[in-house]
Amino acid sequence: MTVLLPDSLDRALAHLAAEPGAHVLAGGTDFMVEVNYGHRRPETVLSLRRLDDLRMWHVEASHVVLGACVTYAQLLDPALADLMPGLAQAARTVGSPQIRSTGTIGGNLSTASPAGDMLPVLAALDAEVVLASSTGVRTLALSEFVTGPKRTARRADELLIAVRVPVANGPQEYLKVGVRNAMVIAVASVAVVVDHDGRTVRAALGSCGPVPVRCHDAESWVAPLVDWDARRIDDPRTHEAFGVRCAEAARPIDDHRSTAAYRSHACRVLARRALARCL
Amino acid sequence: MAVRDRARGGLGTEAARPDGIPKVRGDFAFSSDLHVDGMLWGRTLRSPHPHARIRTLDVTPALAIAGVSAVITADDVPGELHYGLISADQPVFARDVVRFVGEPIAAVAADHPETARRALEAIIVEYDVLTPLVDAEAAAGWEPIHPDGNVIRSVVIRRGDAAATGDVIVEGTYEIGMQDQAFLGPESGLAIPAEDGSIDLHVATQWTHSDRDQVAACLAMPTDMIRLHLAGVGGAFGAREDVSMQVHASLLAKVARRPVKMSYLRDESFVGHVHRHPARFWMRHHADRDGTLRRVEVRTTFDGGAYASSSMAVIGNAARFSVGPYRVESVDIEATAVRTNNPPCGAMRGFGSVQVCFAHESQMDLLAAELGMDPVELRLHNALRTGDRLPTGQVLRGAAPVAECIRAAMAHPMPDASPDEVLARPGGAGRTSTATEIRRGTGLAVGIKNLMYSEGENDTASATVRLAGGVATVKSAAAEVGQGFVTIAQQIVREVLGVEEVVFHSASTAEVASAGSTSASRQTWMSGGAVAQASRLVAAAICQAVALREGLTPEEVSLDGTTVVTPTARIPLADAVPDQPIEIATTFHHAPTEPLDEDGQGDADVSFAFAAHRAVVDVDPDLGLVRVVQITTGQDVGRVLHPTQLLGQVEGGTVQGMGLAVMEEIVVQDGFVKNPSFTDYLLPTTLDAPEILATFIEEPEPDAPFGAKGVGEPPIISSGPAVVAAIRDATGAPLRRMPVRPADVALG
Ligand SMILES: Cc1cc2nc3c(=O)[nH]c(=O)nc-3n(C[C@H](O)[C@H](O)[C@H](O)COP(=O)(O)OP(=O)(O)OC[C@H]3O[C@@H](n4cnc5c(N)ncnc54)[C@H](O)[C@@H]3O)c2cc1C
Repeated sequence: MTVLLPDSLDRALAHLAAEPGAHVLAGGTDFMVEVNYGHRRPETVLSLRRLDDLRMWHVEASHVVLGACVTYAQLLDPALADLMPGLAQAARTVGSPQIRSTGTIGGNLSTASPAGDMLPVLAALDAEVVLASSTGVRTLALSEFVTGPKRTARRADELLIAVRVPVANGPQEYLKVGVRNAMVIAVASVAVVVDHDGRTVRAALGSCGPVPVRCHDAESWVAPLVDWDARRIDDPRTHEAFGVRCAEAARPIDDHRSTAAYRSHACRVLARRALARCL
Repeated sequence: MAVRDRARGGLGTEAARPDGIPKVRGDFAFSSDLHVDGMLWGRTLRSPHPHARIRTLDVTPALAIAGVSAVITADDVPGELHYGLISADQPVFARDVVRFVGEPIAAVAADHPETARRALEAIIVEYDVLTPLVDAEAAAGWEPIHPDGNVIRSVVIRRGDAAATGDVIVEGTYEIGMQDQAFLGPESGLAIPAEDGSIDLHVATQWTHSDRDQVAACLAMPTDMIRLHLAGVGGAFGAREDVSMQVHASLLAKVARRPVKMSYLRDESFVGHVHRHPARFWMRHHADRDGTLRRVEVRTTFDGGAYASSSMAVIGNAARFSVGPYRVESVDIEATAVRTNNPPCGAMRGFGSVQVCFAHESQMDLLAAELGMDPVELRLHNALRTGDRLPTGQVLRGAAPVAECIRAAMAHPMPDASPDEVLARPGGAGRTSTATEIRRGTGLAVGIKNLMYSEGENDTASATVRLAGGVATVKSAAAEVGQGFVTIAQQIVREVLGVEEVVFHSASTAEVASAGSTSASRQTWMSGGAVAQASRLVAAAICQAVALREGLTPEEVSLDGTTVVTPTARIPLADAVPDQPIEIATTFHHAPTEPLDEDGQGDADVSFAFAAHRAVVDVDPDLGLVRVVQITTGQDVGRVLHPTQLLGQVEGGTVQGMGLAVMEEIVVQDGFVKNPSFTDYLLPTTLDAPEILATFIEEPEPDAPFGAKGVGEPPIISSGPAVVAAIRDATGAPLRRMPVRPADVALG
């Protein structure tokens, strides 16, 4: 097994161009589990460890640009958490302190598990994914990037280098159901993002379909019912009905973690609560 | 030499644990850390089907791979083709038929784990897939899936007036899912062949001598040609009672003439050891208006999976304790363990008592509701006392402070109101809960567990104590699996001999006779008894030596505690030690027990221990999520020998029982384990563990060495049922199944 440790993005992309079969290694928290279970047998590993730039983030006009190797622990940093509270809340639900110090947002997106905790929040935030190869850079909407369960639009010669998140001015909530009170894979999760400036409410579901599910019907239904000047919804029945509409968007399955019926039910409860906390 | 009349670190003290610091620092070598130069890596080929006929098995392509030293199948087993803890019904390797997913078919030894893996892939196996038997309740009527039949054992206990009934009758059906021992250290060991053809097997196990006997039988070798050494055990909880890789590694080493190490992968471990039996119950309780139990009827089926393991003993326990720690004159109990194509089940901490406790305690709560009686009062009213008769007719002769356990659990202060902190509420880090939507509930449950083996088993433990140069050495094959026997043994020697410096030597099967299994809450009593007995014999030998030296008659020399008393002097024992070392080996026996007769009557048990748990939970009823806030317990321990180690057993057992109540379950579908990983087999984390407050009831057990009862199992029996009762109290959901899944609460 060869392990490549490039110290610049250009070199990393050149390696990938030469050997598109190389396995990209970020924090390794998904990667090594797959190796241990024999689901992955890499001949060549391209480690991102020395690409310091990928661990940085900055604000660019109305966007936060997160390097692909930004960790969950970084997302919990108040400077970032204030800009994207929903992403910070989701980061807090991930794993244990060890996993949060090591696991990266780029790894979570590239694994593209239906249960990945970054996915629904990034979907509700209308985030974009930046992919680079030796021939150029392209930017995809999250919905274009995640094409199926554990499937993405990344080409083998590409590296996910950044995530671009439009800053939304308003409250955000991420709620996740698991059968344990910490360090647990989501059985169902809901992200709600309120944009006071754009007067929109955006919601997405995790673990309730092959990819993160945006609740467009619920979003457009609820927006006119918000008192945007007071920044609240007065009638609790609106929260309840929003929950029902979000749950209608779910496409859950039965598996060893839970049932489709419970997942739909949980989406309804979570979406209601998330909206009630926001508005 | 530091010698006092009463040495420091004796019984009842917080003696330092000899393996404590290395374990905390990470210096302790577990069985998976074993290494010798030139060793090979063994791996196992396993069945992908729950039930299939093996049509072809061709290992030649594997043997052709460079680096592969040995490939073995059933054809290479020189001795017994089957092994088993109680009845040898499990093939070393499947030959014609596979009966569960994960059943071993062949094993390879190669120079590298990766080579071994490739060798497994190269083995050609063709199967004719058969319909698996996966419903335990259909097993008895299904065509036999094993020559020994599908009913492993059926136990009937009938006693008292069959027509007895009461003013009130409650009836219920209950189900318990499959729990896993979930030890962190995988099945692992190292087999090293010697020049003379003998084998040293270093392995993590609960009973070295039993492993040795099974390995020797399968390899057709005399037992003294197999030397079993205990390697560092990373948790056991019953799952290391059965042989896993022991025979395979030894046979590979014999064939390859090289040391062979085997260490299961995590998903392999989930099919590589037995689990706690899933069970189904029907129960009917009859009681008078005042709550007096008049009759209890029980029907239960335990799914034993493909092989018997210890199912016959587990089902015996389930039958004997299905009424719980209560007095009742009339019983009709039928408990059956069956064979299916599901994963094999066997020993796990609590051993049959855990499953029955959920059913009998659910029934007691139903009964209390029906009577309009306080569930605590109902239990106190029927609680067993010394002198009562059990369903087997056995009279309870030892300590039975059941009511005291209940009162102690109830006497602890209740926890504060739900905290204003989302992490501490149901759903925890998922931030799902809203304070106003949380409901609190309280539940009580009480359990009974037998100590030691039962039903006429002639169980013994041997140990050697040596005193030389002021240092006492205990040689024992008692498997230290984390419980702390290494400390207790030292404390006992200090107590009896007054010698402070005591070394615990974990002895191989070549050095000492069997200590019996580290199970059934028995080692402190049995091996502790052997160590005490050997120490007393050493003390007696010292007295004899003193008499000889001083020209006294044996009668003129006596012992007062740890002081030798002669007509003219009082000498501390340790100072009276002669120059030549004294070494005494001895074997300890418990009082004999009897098998059950056809009506399930007989003095089948040595002793019993009791515990009660009160659980307080916060529940989010809409989502069905639970946060266990507090568990309090009263436990019947006889005597506290080591406060911290005791608390460790109590906290660990309580949380393990709670895990079964709210999250721990092996999900089996059509014979396949669907969650063989710690991603999906959920164990409680620190955020799930409640506050635990414990009271120990010290009523010395007459027959037990130092009056101390076994303490390892009682904590796990009633904590789970107490948690389920508390969730019922909070939500009103009937909850006839444990573990409780969120949907069971949220969707009814
Ligand atoms: C104990 C434990 C608990 C966990 N809990 C959670 C949880 O609660 N929620 C959750 O969502 N996840 C959880 N995970 C999964 C995992 O931690 C996350 O998905 C994490 O974000 C993965 O990031 P990583 O940097 O470790 O990725 P890696 O493991 O290094 O890589 C993951 C995948 O992404 C690819 N990859 C990584 N970075 C890039 C890149 N820049 N460009 C292209 N491809 C790339 C890799 O090739 C690999 O296929 C848990 C894992 C463990 C072991």
